Amino acid sequence: MHVEVRGLNKHFGDFHAVKDVNFGIAKGHLIGLLGPSGGGKTSILRMLAGLETPDSGEIVFHGKTVNNLPPQEREIGFVFQNYALFKHMTVYDNIAFGLKVKKANKQAIRDRVHELVELTGLKGFEKRYPHQLSGGQRQRVAFARALAPEPQLLLLDEPFAAIDAKIRQELRSWLRELIERVGITSIFVTHDQDEAIEVADEIMIINQGRLEQKGTPWDIYKEPKTPFVATFIGESTLIGSADELKGFKNAGGGKPTKALIRPEYIEVGQLHEFKMASATEQGIVRHLHFRGSEWLVEVEVNGHKLTTYRSLEKETLQPGQEIAVLVHRAYLFNDEKSWIQENGLKEDPMPVFI
Amino acid sequence: MRKLWITLTYLVFFILIAAPLGKMAANAFSGGFAGFREALSRPEALHALMMTGLVVVVVTLLNTLFGIMLALYLVRAHWLSRRLKGFLNSIVDLPYAVSPVIGGLMIVLLLGPDSALGGVFEQIGLKIVYAFPGMVIATLFVTFPLMVREIMPVLQEIGSQQEEAASTLGAYGWTTFWKVTWPSIRWAVAYGVILTVARSLGEFGAVLVVSGNIMNKTQTATTLVYQDVENFNVTAAGGIALVLAAFSAGLLLLMEWSKRRKEVH
Repeated sequence: MHVEVRGLNKHFGDFHAVKDVNFGIAKGHLIGLLGPSGGGKTSILRMLAGLETPDSGEIVFHGKTVNNLPPQEREIGFVFQNYALFKHMTVYDNIAFGLKVKKANKQAIRDRVHELVELTGLKGFEKRYPHQLSGGQRQRVAFARALAPEPQLLLLDEPFAAIDAKIRQELRSWLRELIERVGITSIFVTHDQDEAIEVADEIMIINQGRLEQKGTPWDIYKEPKTPFVATFIGESTLIGSADELKGFKNAGGGKPTKALIRPEYIEVGQLHEFKMASATEQGIVRHLHFRGSEWLVEVEVNGHKLTTYRSLEKETLQPGQEIAVLVHRAYLFNDEKSWIQENGLKEDPMPVFI
Repeated sequence: MRKLWITLTYLVFFILIAAPLGKMAANAFSGGFAGFREALSRPEALHALMMTGLVVVVVTLLNTLFGIMLALYLVRAHWLSRRLKGFLNSIVDLPYAVSPVIGGLMIVLLLGPDSALGGVFEQIGLKIVYAFPGMVIATLFVTFPLMVREIMPVLQEIGSQQEEAASTLGAYGWTTFWKVTWPSIRWAVAYGVILTVARSLGEFGAVLVVSGNIMNKTQTATTLVYQDVENFNVTAAGGIALVLAAFSAGLLLLMEWSKRRKEVH
């Protein structure tokens, strides 16, 4: 179903939880609402479900305003963070609940439940009670229960939060596949960027009640629109004044400008390894951390500590070693705007060195 | 030293509970089984037991219904302001703090024949104080917290998510209550019912003030025991008291059983 949200606002007492949020979601897309805890993600989800009433704004499903529709009539499926399974019902009855409420005929209920049990890999567990299941199984039941009445929109609130790391990984890809197969428009809330990047077609970054940016994971990574998004997605080091970096002199046009530098923006090595030696700066290796498949290198340049990754295939560095550092690009921002800038010296070497 | 304490505990138990109960039973049968039967088959005794039975049934029904409703409102209702909820919540405990006799007195003052409200009811032919409705109200006053206080913690513990899940699956209030909320609170309700029955069975003070203790009319089992004792008819008093005690013991056993069931689910 096509979802459209306009000017959504929500207060809880004096707390402004959701601030003027606008977005549209195309049919069949899987959207991740990503942001720090307490940022208003769950409130948005609950308003879409009709469990919370917006103070102002409009929620439109399929071109129809649903603000005044109760959750029962919105044709949604909701998966709660702690699953909220009916604890006195068996797996079968949990899944069948939505169909029984709609007074579907017995045979249709049985067929649909079996289909979902099959789909979610819960065969053989139909007679169990929720407390006899593992976390991952409960999650699947919650998922099957939400899908049973064939909703138009699936809402998931931190679906993997209560599951241990290893199984979470499996469930993520499982969920992604399943949603693709069912072809249902889905929105899930998470505070875990890996999860959002891995699972979602599109990510919406929510911070302090505001929608900071909406786009594909790659777009958001490549071109963060706000400093918050730049720091929240991926790893980065903040440099108070971009002028202090070689190749970024006068980058802000005279205005005080800050820089965010991601590990992959930086290259370290011996001076002769660089084509444009003039763009490099002298640094000292401070720490080396072994990260399984690569080295995490901390180098100090001009009093700033930068981090980068270095392949295990390359010559191993030593702490205290002097090394050349090249900052390929930086995410710059000041009070007015934010942009990504390439290292100026890389393209245009100084004639002195020729 | 430890043995001494154990002996002392048994002694206290014996003096406080076993001995009086034994003495009462012995008294009840001091005229043999025939005497016991005679004490119970007096018309006023039968009537008093019937009154007690009626009060228990009506009070338990009303208290269960309103107790569940109030507990639901106090825990779940978003439309009640927090301050009002807090106020209602503390009002619920009032009967714990107020002596039942004073509770009865309040009802007499409010609804008695000399009061404005009581006068209105009298005119439409409904006698409240010194009649059955007053006794029910007095007993309700005393038993009111029992049901609410049993259910509220359970509702708080299960949270509202299961109910919200039911609503997103298309279930409206009534279905959600019966299919989702009720199975979670039913053992708390059962426990509350047992407590209510036990309390209304034994209620004395409030009922004494409100009923006027009129023989064959508004006399209950407990007020009859009181009257029998006043009249030095100890055997009869013991007989009725034994019946009440037997009921109470039965209820206690039921309570233990329901507690164990509560832990299962």
